[in-house]
This record gives sequence, C-alpha cells and structure tokens, in this order.
Amino acid sequence: MAKVLVVTSGKGGVGKTTSTAALGAALAQAGQTVVVVDFDVGLRNLDLVMGAERRVVFDLVNVIQGDAKLAQALIRDKRVDTLSLLPASQTRDKDALTPEGVARVVADLREKFDWVICDSPAGIERGATLAMRHADLAVVVTNPEVSSVRDSDRIIGLLDSKTERAERGERMEKFLLLTRYDAARASRGDMLKTEDVLEILSIPLLGIIPESQEVLRASNIGSPVTLSSPDSPPGRAYFDAARRLRGETVPVNVPEDKRGLVQRLFSRRVA
Amino acid sequence: MKLLSFLSRRGSAPIARERLQIVLAHERAMNGSSGDLVRLLQEEILAVVARHVKIERDMVQIKLDRGDSISTLEIDIQMPAEVAPAH
Repeated sequence: MAKVLVVTSGKGGVGKTTSTAALGAALAQAGQTVVVVDFDVGLRNLDLVMGAERRVVFDLVNVIQGDAKLAQALIRDKRVDTLSLLPASQTRDKDALTPEGVARVVADLREKFDWVICDSPAGIERGATLAMRHADLAVVVTNPEVSSVRDSDRIIGLLDSKTERAERGERMEKFLLLTRYDAARASRGDMLKTEDVLEILSIPLLGIIPESQEVLRASNIGSPVTLSSPDSPPGRAYFDAARRLRGETVPVNVPEDKRGLVQRLFSRRVA
Repeated sequence: MKLLSFLSRRGSAPIARERLQIVLAHERAMNGSSGDLVRLLQEEILAVVARHVKIERDMVQIKLDRGDSISTLEIDIQMPAEVAPAH
C-alpha cells in the first residue's frame, strides 16, 4: 500500500529539500517506486537539487488546475528509473494550491507509487499545511539549534491537529531527522545533543545526518547525496534512514569527532 | 589560567536546552488543544473576580499541565494590596 510521507520542519534552510531528494532516491535505489513532490509553490527548488531543472514542462499547479495531465507533469529520473519528480510551479499566486486539487493529485499518486514524498515549504501557512494534510507519516527535519527545535515543536503540534489522520482520530507517525550535526561542536558542548533534542520533541529518531561537504557538493551537481556519494557519511546516514522508514531496525550511528586529541586541543585554543 | 578556563567551560548547549524547555512548556499550553480551554478559563475567572474586585488582566494567570497519569490546573490570582469593591 502506498505511503504518503511529508518532509517538514517549520524553519527554513534546515535541509528539507536535500532530505526529500536523498530519502526519495534512497528508497528508489532499494527498488521502491517513489515520487517526490515539491509543495513550495513560488520558490521551487527540488527540481534543481534533483538535477531536473531543465526538464520541467508542467508542474503541480498545472495538474491541479487541469492544464496538464499528471503523467505529463511527472519527470522520471535519468539515474534511477523508479524515481519521479512532480515539480512546483513558480507562480506567485498563493492560492494556486486548492485543498480539493491537492487531495485529488495525492490520491492519484497513491495509485501509481509506493511512496509519495511531499517536500513542504517552510513556515506554517497554507503551503505547509497542505503538504502535510494527507500524510500517513512525517519526517521532521531539525538542526540541533534552538530556533529549529522550537519550530519543529510547533510543526509537531500541527501534524497532530491539522492533518486528515489527526482529524480522523488516528495516530500520525512522526520521525525526527537531525541534520547538519557537527560532531566537533557536540563534543565541545556547544551544540544541543541528540538526546536533548529527542527528549524535548519526544518523537522517535529516524537518523542523524552529519554536516558534510558532500551534501553541498550533491546540490551543486544536482544529484541526491545517496547517488553522488553513496559511501560518504551523509549518504550512508540517509540510506539507513530510508531503511528505518521501511520498518527495518537499523542501529543509529552517532557521528563522532574524528580529529585527534592534539588537533582538538589546538583548535580549542585557537577558537 | 586560560587553559583552566577552557577546561572548566561548560559549553552553551545546556543553556540552550534549558531555555527551550521553558519556552516550549509555555507555547505547548497556548498552542495545543488545551490552549483554548486555558484562554476560556482565564476570561471567565477574570470576569468573576472583576465583578467584585478591581483587577488587571495580567493578574490572573492560569497554567495547565497535562501529565500521563495526572494533570494539574494552576490558577494564580494576584490581589491588589487594598481590596476595594469594584463598584
């Protein structure tokens, strides 16, 4: 049965789009059929991160308004053939997404794919609530930093009240994806620890993605990090997270500070 | 001296954690489903007290803590130094 997953966070810039691309690709690389849907109408970026920006003809809003068929708007990935993208439009009309239209498109996508992954815009406005509306489960992307944790807490509240599932009185599955984790800062005590964030937000951990050059490189070249650097620490962390999404039990790997003691003491004194 | 201060430095993460816990406890009460109840109670209690005593809005504070087995409703009403009838 198809699963609709929303990747959300409240705060912008924490890694929603990167994580949508990486998780979507990882699931597709494991043989699942996956569509990643960009809900950030007006500020689309998932196409760029996926390397499909020059192949966009029709988009989500065209489909909702009946100007294009769903099959015309879907872009099949050139590297993984079970992976597709439904891009957002660049219209500035905030009301382009209608609740009925979104419901219809999500229902159609459920028929075609194992996973429908909705990349939410930042904020708690219409775009964000529509992205989460039909989700069966949610990945809350959080940086170990106060403003991100606070916004995640707010989003968790919305997931538990404004989604279809919540309104039916069903449980909304929510997972924490901790991104931009810096092991060196964590060991200095200058970054919220994983346990702190988990205790505060009290949702299960899907994975910890270390801060890495590879993530930036992946978006530079337009490839999900699980495709461009599958063996890098962030690549492996996303693969593990995707396996957990499928219900597998995989031990969580907490990134460690790999620099030597002398090096660490030195950088401390300099800092 | 400098090295010593580095060794004894605690890091800012514990402060972040503490600040978050406090602000979220407050925000959850206001934004959650119990937020409406808290606001309603505050309005009605304020109305009742104001009928008899001259009182400012922020002198009635209500806090609702929902726990797993026990929930507490804390009502804190500050009274003016001289309790004068409202009319």
